[in-house]
Amino acid sequence: MKHFKNLSAPYVVWALIFIVVSLFMVIFYAFTGETGQFTTQHFVRFFSGSTLGTLFQSLKIALISTVICLIIGYPLAYIIAMSTSGRYRATAIMLIVIPMWMNFLLRTYAWVTILSKNGILNSLLRMVGLGPLDILYTDWAVVLGMVYNFLPFMILPIYTVLEKMDQGLIEAAADLGCNKVLTFVKVIFPLSLPGVVSGVAMVFIPAISTFEITALLGGNKTNLIGNVIEQQFTVTGDWHYGSAISVVLMLFLLVSLFFTDREERDKVHASASDMVDTHQDVAFPETNQQEVHYD
Amino acid sequence: MTKFWKRTYLTVIYAFLYAPIVVLIVFSFNEGKTRGSWDNFSLIWYQLLIEDAEILSAVKNTFFVAAVSTVVSTIIGSLGAIGISQYRKNLRNALLAVNQIPVMNPDIVIAVGLMVLYRSLGLDFGRLSLILSHIAFTVPYVVLSVLPKLKQMPQTLPEAAMDLGATPAQILWKVIIPYIKPGIFSGALMAFTLSVDDFVVSFFTTGHGVETISTLVFSMARRGINPEINALSALIFGTMLLLMLIMNLRTKSAE
Repeated sequence: MKHFKNLSAPYVVWALIFIVVSLFMVIFYAFTGETGQFTTQHFVRFFSGSTLGTLFQSLKIALISTVICLIIGYPLAYIIAMSTSGRYRATAIMLIVIPMWMNFLLRTYAWVTILSKNGILNSLLRMVGLGPLDILYTDWAVVLGMVYNFLPFMILPIYTVLEKMDQGLIEAAADLGCNKVLTFVKVIFPLSLPGVVSGVAMVFIPAISTFEITALLGGNKTNLIGNVIEQQFTVTGDWHYGSAISVVLMLFLLVSLFFTDREERDKVHASASDMVDTHQDVAFPETNQQEVHYD
Repeated sequence: MTKFWKRTYLTVIYAFLYAPIVVLIVFSFNEGKTRGSWDNFSLIWYQLLIEDAEILSAVKNTFFVAAVSTVVSTIIGSLGAIGISQYRKNLRNALLAVNQIPVMNPDIVIAVGLMVLYRSLGLDFGRLSLILSHIAFTVPYVVLSVLPKLKQMPQTLPEAAMDLGATPAQILWKVIIPYIKPGIFSGALMAFTLSVDDFVVSFFTTGHGVETISTLVFSMARRGINPEINALSALIFGTMLLLMLIMNLRTKSAE
């Protein structure tokens, strides 16, 4: 089958240019000045200026959004996955995927209509006699936009893991005297951790780097790291500084991903092999990126 | 948890997910331009939509770019996966790690990388750079959806074909490709969906007034949105829903 190796030549060339070279170009830009000489000034500027504060602000907002997605999404995935009717499960999951068919900028922008001062939400609140809620163009509107857009990315991987879970393990726990709460804490939740980890990554990464949700719902008040990068490339025209921020963002994500991945994997490994050696594969489902990465 | 609370919880979350869509569709039939207050039922925005050159050209660009990049990335990605599956383990793992970069990286970093690449190559920003970018970020997903199918394929299958005298080209066309067809189809479908939906990469790598639906919506949102866009999104959503229903009915009747 050796001749088939050559079939991947176009792909290899393509990946080299568009993935590897383009990545190195960003790093090159990050370390050079206008005239092409080597410099670390962009990084010095980043770590001594206000942009560092923006990174922390982005971190905070992305973390809040991720935690909210997890708190809302886990019970939802759990309720759906534990249903005994396959038809019900399929429909419930379909209903979560369908909204993603509509352009996400449009869906996000629709929140302006709902949240604005004389918008739908405030009209409803007024009807029940509650004061106006003025959250549009605040950090909370941005958090809402993130939760709204990325919630399915949390639900789907958790659901996939829970649905594939061996029901026998839950029954075994019950037989051995676990009550429902204990079964969840000792069996179900530890086994679902791989889904939680990939859900967290799939929400956190777009949340920390978004600039479009901030632009639409945050007005000009909220400025996140994605907005700073965007401004460097489209407004200020300082591509070198923009590249440097991109490199910092990328490294930051790589490092945090590496650590969460390792830690969670080890934890899951330990708890899974504690319970039953033969069921290790349950803890490592193929988390299907394809199913969940629609947006 | 009782059944009642489960139902209530699900209903609340679904209401949250569907509220903006309902708002968009309802207001696409609203006569007035001010959002948030209902005037009269009207189809005026639908009528204006089919006469609006700017929006129509964005729709055309979106689907043209998606079609071209889907075809190219499906071919490159499928052939790439076939080749990769024959590589030695180390080389294969290295390539797959590279393949994983655009999947894990934030969109904005991919976009910035492509922007810098095009400038270094002296490539103009426009429809060509847009298509190249869409191929670039969809190819990895095609590879990822074809590879599992190749893994499932017993190695004895192409070997048997060879023993029976098939040429390499025949093995490829009559044995391998038919076997991995489902993977190729789902890869193509994903490439198309990702391309149509993309905003960030398009925003950075397009130019010369070449707009897609997403980039147009973004620039319109900044200068106050045009209700025609509501009409357009209602139409797209309706079409998708219809396609899904037809596909569902067909698979049911096939069973």
